[in-house]
Amino acid sequence: MIQEHIKKELLEIVGKENFQDSKTSLLTYSYDATPGFQSLPDAVVSPRNSEEVAKIVKLCNEHNIPIVPRGSGTNLCAGTTPLHGGIVLLMKHFNRILEIDEENLTVRTQPGVITQTLIETIEQRGLFYPPDPSSMKISQIGGNINENSGGLRGLKYGVTRDYVMGLEIVLPNGEIIRTGGKLAKDVAGYDLTRLFVGSEGTLGIVTEATLKLVPKPETKKTMLVLYQDLDAAARSVSAIIANRIIPATLEFLDQPTLKAVEDFAQIGLPTNVKAVLLIEQDGIESVVNKDMELIATICRENDAVEVTLAKSSEEADALTTARRSALSALSRLRPTTILEDATVPRSEIAKMVSAIQEISERHQVTICTFGHAGDGNLHPTCLTDIRDKDEMKRVENAFEEIFHKAIELGGTITGEHGVGAMKLPYLHLKVGEAGIDVMRNIKQAFDPNNIMNPGKVFEELERKRVVVQK
Amino acid sequence: MMKTAEKERITQEFQEKMDYDELLNCMRCGFCLPSCPTYIESGMDEAHSPRGRIAMMKAVVDGVLEPDDDVKRSLDLCLGCRACEPVCPSGVKYGHLLEQARDIIYQSKKKSVPEKAARKVVFQDLFPHQNRMVAATSLLGFYQRSGLQKIARKSGIMNFFPETLRTMEKILPSVPKKKELRNRPHYLPALINQKKKVAFFSGCLMDTVFMKTNDASMKLLQYAGCEIVIPETQNCCGALHGHSGEREKAKEMAKNNIEAFELAEVDYIITNAGGCGAFLVDYGYLLKDEPEWAERAAKFSVKIKDITSILVELDFHKEELHLENQVVTYQDSCHLKNGQKTFMEPRKLLQSIQGVTYVEMYDASRCCGSAGIYNIVESEMSMQILDYKMQQTIKTDAKTIVTANPGCLLQMKLGIEREGLSNSVRAVHIVDFLLEAYENKAIN
Repeated sequence: MIQEHIKKELLEIVGKENFQDSKTSLLTYSYDATPGFQSLPDAVVSPRNSEEVAKIVKLCNEHNIPIVPRGSGTNLCAGTTPLHGGIVLLMKHFNRILEIDEENLTVRTQPGVITQTLIETIEQRGLFYPPDPSSMKISQIGGNINENSGGLRGLKYGVTRDYVMGLEIVLPNGEIIRTGGKLAKDVAGYDLTRLFVGSEGTLGIVTEATLKLVPKPETKKTMLVLYQDLDAAARSVSAIIANRIIPATLEFLDQPTLKAVEDFAQIGLPTNVKAVLLIEQDGIESVVNKDMELIATICRENDAVEVTLAKSSEEADALTTARRSALSALSRLRPTTILEDATVPRSEIAKMVSAIQEISERHQVTICTFGHAGDGNLHPTCLTDIRDKDEMKRVENAFEEIFHKAIELGGTITGEHGVGAMKLPYLHLKVGEAGIDVMRNIKQAFDPNNIMNPGKVFEELERKRVVVQK
Repeated sequence: MMKTAEKERITQEFQEKMDYDELLNCMRCGFCLPSCPTYIESGMDEAHSPRGRIAMMKAVVDGVLEPDDDVKRSLDLCLGCRACEPVCPSGVKYGHLLEQARDIIYQSKKKSVPEKAARKVVFQDLFPHQNRMVAATSLLGFYQRSGLQKIARKSGIMNFFPETLRTMEKILPSVPKKKELRNRPHYLPALINQKKKVAFFSGCLMDTVFMKTNDASMKLLQYAGCEIVIPETQNCCGALHGHSGEREKAKEMAKNNIEAFELAEVDYIITNAGGCGAFLVDYGYLLKDEPEWAERAAKFSVKIKDITSILVELDFHKEELHLENQVVTYQDSCHLKNGQKTFMEPRKLLQSIQGVTYVEMYDASRCCGSAGIYNIVESEMSMQILDYKMQQTIKTDAKTIVTANPGCLLQMKLGIEREGLSNSVRAVHIVDFLLEAYENKAIN
């Protein structure tokens, strides 16, 4: 509960139309897209500018009230679930693109802009902002920055981190700082921009960002490759990269995922094959054509049963859009869908895919796999029922083994979704206890009262998988 | 304010009756958010989004949220346009969840005496009985023709009504005379070589206030080669009841319709109102818990076809259709698109008319805010949604806005009136427009 006098102060800062604390408001901001996590905040507050954010943060810091910054709530690590109550800070008023600088190839934007809106606005100028998480139609840029979101184009173009050049941040003490800028080179002090990207709202509130743009590729081609053997698909991925080709997109879907996606999208995806690769290349037309030919040859050499090039951009878009729906489409099959994003060096993809298969069989759970095979970022997705305690236990065990396997292969527990509360019990596997200590000290330096999104990344020490219902 | 006892009763009913598997089917990915008109118009308030509404329903079942006035408010503000369904990768049947939840709330909630009386008149006494619909429409006709309308408008008495109702009074079509309303056909032969035998679903409002559109529909069917039977014992589809928390009455009406159409051995049952069609298609679901009806309902539903769909099937768009030069745009009927997946056919038909320049409006599939009686009971939100819609139609430069459902038609007329465009822009039902284009060829 927020005390009356604090509520009064908050109302003075943002006005009554931007303060909500009805039961329904609290309930509808108690979750994000992560299954199994839900916790009520005490209030939902929508500031209109950085100064209001600073005032709110200061107030909360004084009274030890947790703050959880939230965009559209599409993250998959329970990053915006207000586990310790407090204030959910909505960034919906920060919805303007401030400046597109065609000389410096940068865009200055507020964090509440929808990712797709930003991408479309940029593309109208013949420029390109590559990070494209599957939720880009809904997600906000601020959320992408806080989670360091990846996407389908990560293999060639990198992830959100690679495009953030500068930030305006409200620190937990209420100070507003600006980091970086429209600078290709800048070594003045610690790289705070990088530190904040992917910090999951645990260090401060991002209120503005300067993002890097690149020229829009001249052309793009899309190809669908079919396999009757999972391993052959995985081998093709490694072979393509080994042949010095970096496709813009190199996506992998196994048969159960294909079936679910086709059921939703109905665009004529083959459902009688064991796996498909969805490959895209962009760039100068002659180069793209050459690359696609070579990729086709490599795939055939690696036992592809069919290689088809999309005939039109509509057909190509239909394929990538269908791929983006994979996660949700899978959720049709069982009541609960738990998605992980264990990531390995791309050379280890084949091993990881067969390990996942073996683990799921041994624990008698259904795990479908799809993902960004080209950058080693897989999405093993478990279809289960949260009401079945026995099965949930097996799911937990299977995922724990998957994480261990990923680490063993030189990988990580999360490639692009973030740690949040979801993978918090496993962070030590990747960074070690000493690594966690360093992070904890950094957090302490910025946020001594621990008001910024508490309970995320590393807070709780006990090593149990948190699956809370209700 | 809802009383504690009411809330408890609603919670219990939620626990007994809500489809929990369907609630769990929502994995909260948020893909529905950008498609939801009330989420957008409320300034992205999660409580007015499909994901938020489902979360509330689940929370009530789970016992973590009391079904208070805010919950009811959120469900009331939903248009029921179902734009969230086709974009939902999990395939959540939101429309069904909404119907279940509304039904529970409205049946369990203690209603005020006037509300009770009004609901009884509308849902029990008027719509289910076509003869009373005729009588009510005749009354409207009397009002329009007798000079009463003129007096009412001049006297300023209309100013006592809310703005929406006032404008609505202006845009209602001139209704036919009682004699015409009583004298409806039961059988019509095909006018060219017969290709299909169909039954025509007349509807309650369509066969009274919009009788001319029904006549046009049947004429088009005859021209397209359909032999038509119009079962006499049919009644209102029950959509209004189903969407307003009167499911039991809706079921009764569904059964009557199934019986009425079973006897006519036809290829299709044709509708010309998206809202009715989507409800008729869903009879199987409505009656799923009644074994003796489920199969009959499924057989009935499978035959439902929108008029635009059968016209395209019978190659009507290849006929010579001609109108004077004009820019035309199309406003999707939500239930025709989201409920019956019919959206290409109307466009195909319009594009086949010579003289018509078809311009697609931005967000054509976003609800116009009509939504049954929504524009009257949720006037403010409805008008906000309509204003957005009118901005989009104005951008197309269209002089004719075509719709495929009576509610949408009235709402677009309302929009035209509100924008002060009634001298330059018109809204028409697609069948009236097509008939005009078809009969025009005879003149040319």
